[in-house]
Amino acid sequence: MKKYASALMVFAVLSMGLLFVLPMWKITLLAPQYPTGISINIWINDISGDISNFNIMNHYVGMRKITTDGFPELAYMQYILIGMIILGLVTGIFGKKKHYWMWVFLMVFLGIIGLYDFYRWEYNYGHNLDPFAAIKVPGMAYQPPFFGRKELLNFIAYSYPAVGGYFVGISIFIAAMAAYFKHPEQA
Amino acid sequence: MKNLKKIKDRLTIIVAFLLLAGLASCGQQAKDSEKFRKGALGSDAASKVYVAPGEYDEFYAFVSGGFSGQLSVYGLPSGRLFKVIPVFSVDAEKSYGFNEETKPLLETSYGFQPWDDSHHPELSQTAGSTDGRWCFINGNNTPRVARIDLSTFETAEIIEIPNSGGNHSSPFTTENTEYVVAGTRFGVPYPQQDVSISAYADKFKGVLTFIKVDPQTGLMSIAFQVLLPAFDYDLAHSGKGASHGWTFFSSYNSEKAHSLLEVGASQNDKDFIAAINWKKAEEYIAQGKGRDVPANYRHNVYDEATQSATSNKMTTVKVLIPEECPGLVYFLPTPKSPHGVDVDNTGEYIVGNGKLSADLTVHSFSKMIDAIEKKDFDTIIESIPVLSYQHTLAGTVKAAGLGPLHTEFDGKGNAYTTFFISSEVVKWKVGTWEVLDRAPTYYSVGHLMIPGGDSKNPQGKYLLAMNKITKDRYLPTGPELTQSAQLYDISGDKMELLLDFPTIGEPHYAQGISADRIVPRSKKIYKLEENQHPHASKNEDATKVVREGNEVHVYMTMIRSHFSPDNIEGIKVGDKVFFHVTNLEQDYDVPHGFAVMGFENAEMLIMPGQTETVTWTPSKAGVYPFYCTDFCSALHQEMQGYIRVSAANANTALTWSLGK
Repeated sequence: MKKYASALMVFAVLSMGLLFVLPMWKITLLAPQYPTGISINIWINDISGDISNFNIMNHYVGMRKITTDGFPELAYMQYILIGMIILGLVTGIFGKKKHYWMWVFLMVFLGIIGLYDFYRWEYNYGHNLDPFAAIKVPGMAYQPPFFGRKELLNFIAYSYPAVGGYFVGISIFIAAMAAYFKHPEQA
Repeated sequence: MKNLKKIKDRLTIIVAFLLLAGLASCGQQAKDSEKFRKGALGSDAASKVYVAPGEYDEFYAFVSGGFSGQLSVYGLPSGRLFKVIPVFSVDAEKSYGFNEETKPLLETSYGFQPWDDSHHPELSQTAGSTDGRWCFINGNNTPRVARIDLSTFETAEIIEIPNSGGNHSSPFTTENTEYVVAGTRFGVPYPQQDVSISAYADKFKGVLTFIKVDPQTGLMSIAFQVLLPAFDYDLAHSGKGASHGWTFFSSYNSEKAHSLLEVGASQNDKDFIAAINWKKAEEYIAQGKGRDVPANYRHNVYDEATQSATSNKMTTVKVLIPEECPGLVYFLPTPKSPHGVDVDNTGEYIVGNGKLSADLTVHSFSKMIDAIEKKDFDTIIESIPVLSYQHTLAGTVKAAGLGPLHTEFDGKGNAYTTFFISSEVVKWKVGTWEVLDRAPTYYSVGHLMIPGGDSKNPQGKYLLAMNKITKDRYLPTGPELTQSAQLYDISGDKMELLLDFPTIGEPHYAQGISADRIVPRSKKIYKLEENQHPHASKNEDATKVVREGNEVHVYMTMIRSHFSPDNIEGIKVGDKVFFHVTNLEQDYDVPHGFAVMGFENAEMLIMPGQTETVTWTPSKAGVYPFYCTDFCSALHQEMQGYIRVSAANANTALTWSLGK
């Protein structure tokens, strides 16, 4: 196992690249009018899905439009990812055990920051309402669930990692395994 | 006195006897009446037609509206009505024939026709099976054939049939939809001219028409017409399997009567089924035997990309004359004014439903070919050989009922025939011609339908009988009553009545098809990026109002829950205003409607991604409200706007806005 640690690390780091072809996170709304649901997918550099229908439904309660311009993160997140992949490859090939662990912790740290950023956006999206909205329910905020299921008026909202998101988790776990098995002395 | 008493006694006895007899006969009459009214319902009939809320029906039924001119779509076995597709009649609800996009569909060589009589729906077929691509239907009064696109359930095309009067024997497809056909139910002057009606025998002709269908686009074009004697061509069906390449048309009035036909056209013991060898016709056309005859007819096509129809003037047709084309047409003598001519699913048997008879006549295709090869002709009428009746006869279904009209097949060797006069459906065995079962209908059944029952591959689970008269079957609605359809389970030995439901117009004929052949192709929206309507506005920024002399073009959009623009000023009395309205929604089942107070027009019901246009010429100054007519959203009632109309000589500036 030990002699494969380097290969394992390289594999884990490269599989992070899947985020360019798979979405990270998915929010779905279900309602009587939408029995099969409408969804948006959040990617490393884009948002896709039924955005226009999300916006049409949400404008009644004064929620702001979802647009790619509204997420400056989408512009630079991909470069951070590319940077992490290059760093990971260099670490995997030339690095020592402690470097492996450093990369893993850095990745986990960035992931936590990303999730915090996501939560902050959700909070604003659900609370920062247009005062001229047609439908105003006193005390009501429309923040989607951070993780899981939540009922909001006639809607049930679901928020879970999408395929790419699960792959990130698996990649980090594999990288951690590589770090764990890496021989302490070997370069 | 004594005599008087005797007489009185006798009278009492007689009166008592009469009373008793009267009571008894009343009782019998009530029993007989009850027998006519009620079918024997199996105890589980309800569960067999119960489609639970949210569940789907197994079959679509496309039921013609007869004199309504439309085509209705039902689910089977539930009998639930899903949609009425406007085809030959205007429909104010959908702006069909009112908006600028669909008006050209109803143009004919006689001008705009707001109505017709739609009789026989016919689904397109591939390799003898219904393929769920298109449904064709004939317009009977002003001869036409329409094609409905089953991805949108909208009329896509209507072609007029020249040299015809009453397109009844239509549209009946060939097994790969190479052709749909048309045939004239009236003999008409050929060419059409001002001539004495009494010159019928000399100047009138009967023309049968073969319409080519493009296998990719479905677009129709008249390939050729066949000039025949002026009989009344009633119904048709094409061969299948071995008989593929032939089409059979029934006829009545071989007497060539032109007045009081109910007597005059019922004298000959036998009329004819005309057998047309259309593969032979193709050869003759290739050899240049088709005469280019001047004709005046319209070909109207709706383009889904531009979402608009155009009406094209056509000027010639190719006509084949039997005298010049030996082997093209044969007549099969068939008793008693045959109505339906139905080819069984094997393609071997051709059933003539002699409507003034108790019997059914069945011809054999292979025997017909043999008679042709042996030249076993009874006579020749206007260059058309009449085949020997005994030679082509396969068998007779004896005394099955009264007034046979139409037969379909279950694919398991059984045939089902409607009997109008005795008001029943009779099941019989193909080949042995024995009657197996009979079931009453309520009342006076015309056509029947088994899904795929006139194709090579029937799905013989249900049978739908379509009735002309309902009398006491439903709650009364004044003198005008609904007509009806009745559903039978035919999966067992005995037919079992399951359901009886009212229909639109006259349910003349129907086609049925497994839902799974339609559902995957059904469109949910029109994609906005594919909308090539010349007056579409693809977003709110593109909306505007443009004056061109006395014409004002309003480019408007609709989305939940507003119009853009919703305040318009600067329209003047006498202007012709065009509202080009685009529904910007891209979501399933979110149509919006549009109507203006007093606009002397029909509402538009616009589907997501679609653009439609209505015109309005305001005659009075004032402020006119308009609004969304389809309950679209929680703020549907707020989806409204105003148009200000000023006097013709006013100088109100042309302005438009939203949310200002």
